[in-house]
Amino acid sequence: MRNILAIFQKEFKSYFNSPIAYIFIITFILFSSWLFFRTFFLIGQAHMRPLFGILPWLFLILAPAITMRAWAEEKKLGTMEILMTLPIKDYEVVLGKFFSSVLFMITAVFLTFPLPLTVYVLGNPDTGTIIGGYLGACLMGGAYLAIGLFISSLTKNQIVAFIVSIVTCFALLVIGEDFVLMSTPNMLAPIFTYLGLGTHFESISRGVIDSRDLIYYFSVIGFFLFLNILTIESRKWK
Amino acid sequence: MITASNLSKYFGPTVALKNVTFEVKKSEVLGFLGPNGAGKTTTMRILACYHPADSGTATIAGFDVFDDPLEVRKRIGYLPENNPLYMDMGIVDYLEFISKVRAIPPSKRKDRIRHVVELCGLQKELGKDIGELSKGFRQRVGLAQALIHDPDILILDEPTIGLDPTQIIEIRELIKKIGKEKTIILSSHILPEVSATCDRIIIIHQGEIVGSGTPEEMASKSKGGEIIYITIRGPLQEIQSKLGSMEKIKEFKKIGEKENGLNQFEIKSDVGVDLSEELFLLVVQNGWSLTELHQEKANLENIFLQLTTKEA
Repeated sequence: MRNILAIFQKEFKSYFNSPIAYIFIITFILFSSWLFFRTFFLIGQAHMRPLFGILPWLFLILAPAITMRAWAEEKKLGTMEILMTLPIKDYEVVLGKFFSSVLFMITAVFLTFPLPLTVYVLGNPDTGTIIGGYLGACLMGGAYLAIGLFISSLTKNQIVAFIVSIVTCFALLVIGEDFVLMSTPNMLAPIFTYLGLGTHFESISRGVIDSRDLIYYFSVIGFFLFLNILTIESRKWK
Repeated sequence: MITASNLSKYFGPTVALKNVTFEVKKSEVLGFLGPNGAGKTTTMRILACYHPADSGTATIAGFDVFDDPLEVRKRIGYLPENNPLYMDMGIVDYLEFISKVRAIPPSKRKDRIRHVVELCGLQKELGKDIGELSKGFRQRVGLAQALIHDPDILILDEPTIGLDPTQIIEIRELIKKIGKEKTIILSSHILPEVSATCDRIIIIHQGEIVGSGTPEEMASKSKGGEIIYITIRGPLQEIQSKLGSMEKIKEFKKIGEKENGLNQFEIKSDVGVDLSEELFLLVVQNGWSLTELHQEKANLENIFLQLTTKEA
């Protein structure tokens, strides 16, 4: 536990050691606010739907940007060798990195708080959907981050990690979209709907916290973190 | 303290290590010598539990590197090849991170950090990020990192590579100082380095140990014998005939002549034969004068070349 915390702190600090973190947070807030207000006044309804509708797409860029350097940079600098020869277990490093990326994402998402504040000032929104929406955003973000971390562990190159993560998350996101489901065979459609990264977020952001959705996100996170641990361990396979 | 037996490691079809067996005793400084790509780093990585050997076993302080990696890692300080560091971290942040993971209790962390900072001479650079440091100081940060938990065993992979001569001497002094109480394995492809710092040397070539011993033992194994360079003022022919009549001289040749009748000779003799005194007396007895006499000592280069260029 102490080790996870140490890695977590080191990783979280390292986000802010470079300007990239600030740039991404600011860009994220700018984009989300712009996209939110663009439709918010048009529709004229006091809810957060405009924000939560676009979050899965914004995360597509934000999450890979957060995770791209997590392992790729360690490999490129060679610090992986320092990290992996400290008295620390592989899974502790993976978890430390994961939690710090989650906290970073939560920070970015939390900084959109002026949006719900505006909604409260202008109208009378349903608090349940807002809480659900933010909770769902964190879970969905966690899934994106777990995928991004795993992909970062496969390469030395941050840009490769970034782009492959975007593509992977994109693929997992669109398979649950109606547009894709229309052209999938009937047999596969329910599976695709279930696997889609965005489908479960939609239902949570309606304010319905269903255990199936929670289980889905936790299993996606668990699965990719497990793959991540395996890739880190693979150097030790005989 | 450290034992390795029959370590082998393959990277695909390439053999990186072949049946490497050695032992390091407590508070001994062992130098791993070999040309680039000989298997030094591979051996060190196995000992530091970074990757396992394909066959063979190694133990450190009684713990097996494959079965008990965490116990082993707790007891070693490791400076990997090329000294990787987090360039955007501050020195103190970095050392704090390492001491946390090294389970140094919070109350002692400050003292330990101060201690290694002083030991490695980093006081003046403390405010900087690692990326801003010169190579020599980065190396010191790497050493500080390896020393912070006061390990009994240090594994240093090419600790002086890429440094300038002053820095090399400083790092060597540091290693000597630390080496008094700790067991150290260090690798290098620079000969004077290992002979200056190590109690014992292992020469490794193409994944195999081709020679080992103390620097002196290694030198005496040299097939080349001893070489003395001498410059004498005197009549050339007389000198040559007298030198020719000395039994212990295996071979001598004139290698140069300067004005004022100065003659330079290279004199070869068998291993362990020290001719310098006899040569001096010879010069005195004949009323010549001696302007230069020096002996080529510890011919490690020769051994190294002999051992590592066999197949070439």
